[in-house]
Amino acid sequence: MKKFKTIKSIPAYLPIVNIDTDMIIPKQFLKTIKRTGLGKNLFYEMRYDEKGIPIDDFILNTSPFNVSKILIVGKNFGCGSSREHAPWALLDFGITCVISSSYADIFFNNCFKNGILPIVLPEVKIKELSEYSKRKEEIIVNLEEQKITFGNNEIDFEIDQFKKKCLIEGLDDIALSLEKNPKISEFEKKLSLNRPWIFND
Amino acid sequence: MSKTLYDKIWDDHLVHKQDDGTSLLYVDRHLVHEVTSPQAFEGLRNTNRKVRKPNLTLAVADHNVPTSDRSKGISDEESKLQVQTLEKNCEEFGIKLFGMDDKRQGIVHIIGPEQGFTQPGSIIVCGDSHTATHGAFGSLAFGIGTSEVEHVLATQTLVQKKSKNFRIKVDGKLSIGVTSKDVILQIIGKIGTAGGTGYVIEYGGSLISSLSVEQRMTICNMTIEGGARAGLIEPDQKIFDYLNGRPMSPKKDNWDKALDYWSKLKSDKDADFDKEISLDGKDIMPMVTWGTSPQDVISIDEKIPNPENETDEDRKNSIERSLKYMGLKPGTAIKDVKIDKVFIGSCTNGRIEDLRDAAKIIRNKKVAQHVYAMVVPGSGLVKQQAEQEGLDKVFKDSGFDWREPGCSMCLAMNADKLKPEERCASTSNRNFEGRQGRGGRTHLVSPGMAAAAAISGSLDDVRKYQN
Repeated sequence: MKKFKTIKSIPAYLPIVNIDTDMIIPKQFLKTIKRTGLGKNLFYEMRYDEKGIPIDDFILNTSPFNVSKILIVGKNFGCGSSREHAPWALLDFGITCVISSSYADIFFNNCFKNGILPIVLPEVKIKELSEYSKRKEEIIVNLEEQKITFGNNEIDFEIDQFKKKCLIEGLDDIALSLEKNPKISEFEKKLSLNRPWIFND
Repeated sequence: MSKTLYDKIWDDHLVHKQDDGTSLLYVDRHLVHEVTSPQAFEGLRNTNRKVRKPNLTLAVADHNVPTSDRSKGISDEESKLQVQTLEKNCEEFGIKLFGMDDKRQGIVHIIGPEQGFTQPGSIIVCGDSHTATHGAFGSLAFGIGTSEVEHVLATQTLVQKKSKNFRIKVDGKLSIGVTSKDVILQIIGKIGTAGGTGYVIEYGGSLISSLSVEQRMTICNMTIEGGARAGLIEPDQKIFDYLNGRPMSPKKDNWDKALDYWSKLKSDKDADFDKEISLDGKDIMPMVTWGTSPQDVISIDEKIPNPENETDEDRKNSIERSLKYMGLKPGTAIKDVKIDKVFIGSCTNGRIEDLRDAAKIIRNKKVAQHVYAMVVPGSGLVKQQAEQEGLDKVFKDSGFDWREPGCSMCLAMNADKLKPEERCASTSNRNFEGRQGRGGRTHLVSPGMAAAAAISGSLDDVRKYQN
């Protein structure tokens, strides 16, 4: 996983609540066996018309938001399907930071596995930031300091410290868990005694 | 200290509690399908990692498979490649697979229980949000992303943060024509699509205990539409009887040991829940969704809501957006809404009892002339059972199309989909924009309600057709 660096970008604001992962990346693009190449299909049905022509007034089709690395969205972002294609599509488009007042559980976890930072802020702060985004000026997201800087203003944000470390260092969490191998083996030994039916032996 | 059922399952799977507040949990059962697994296997190959316990994983192709004649294979090249990739991966890593021609093939959440792979007190995961279904057996079952699928394959564990406990109690009795689908739709309408975020829900109360195993699965299945990590129900004799003798259920000595363990799986009487709500069966009506989120739900007697009556700006905008997409006007009686298609199937309502429910309504009646209606059994075994009972004939005689098993038009990844502006009464679980095909309009209902809509040609009250 790529290490998470401080981001400087003009944020794009999509003022819709409950954006589900079907909206982020519709099913016809789930047939891939790769993680890459999904960016062009991000928000496909909002972004292109029936003939596949870009819809002019969709925010990510308009300059300067078509190269935004930061996306501000309504609450409960990423609900529905568990498809990791949703964060893959965001990442492939170039978005490495999402800002919302809440996320669906599976999507939230999936972001961290792909080097995307999902920031949770109170609704009032979302309003402030989304207002600011109209200026089309860059904002800075600094994960190390847990700070968003916009103009002369700053917003602090909370994040789980382990998740922060994984993002900053680009850690492979499977490798971390494999270090616990002796503990897993010990657990399996106990399991074969206490719940022997689990192993189907 | 008193514990909930969720606390107990959690504790029994704890491999290691880490300093940062997360825990490494052991995974007993892992289900895999073709859409969310190729990148996980690819990851294992790239890092030279093996599957730790191949016999704790079961694979099946369900999302992409055609539900029409399969003798010629899959015509869509991308779908075909994905299914072939699953076959190759399972062979390379030694994982059991039910292939497309296997009569046990079906939707992953239908075949788990059917085979006895799903067991009480276990942790069950799958790269699919509807894994929540298996919670009906008193297991902790939840959907994961592809990176986590890879993690489970490599380590047979997952890193998790503990959720809070939420209890939903449903007492009383259901009126005739009202099903567990209506119960869960009403619950989602009440708590909202994010109402369960951060929680594991335990369903209890006399009404829940009175439900059959399959009806319970419908409730747990849609728990994810309320945002919860998982939904579960304390296992009882009905569950044990259901599992007894299934191909992958414990045998002989192990059965006795398992039964002893399973019988103890319940929340302590004085266990603390962080959140609780209760419902009474008599207040639950046949439900139908009008919008583009499962929380946009009303009873069949109600009218489509007016966004002008909303004080919350976000909610108002989202109702307006939904109504525009759905092509509906505020104040219209939902019963008057004309439909074009009917879909009976999915991991929510594709089991034998669902098909019996729908067949009972449709028997000796005809599908309305302008309606195309299809039944997609949840698995090959469900299909076989239905055919033995003559249900296929009941459906076909009334004008339904009788198909091969798979996910089908629940998510429209195969050829089964709605055209723009087509309206469908569907027994599936999501009415999101574009879910059943771009521009398609979905109304979620129970199997009986779907059958009633097929006859009337518009959304209708199943109670009208009860004898």
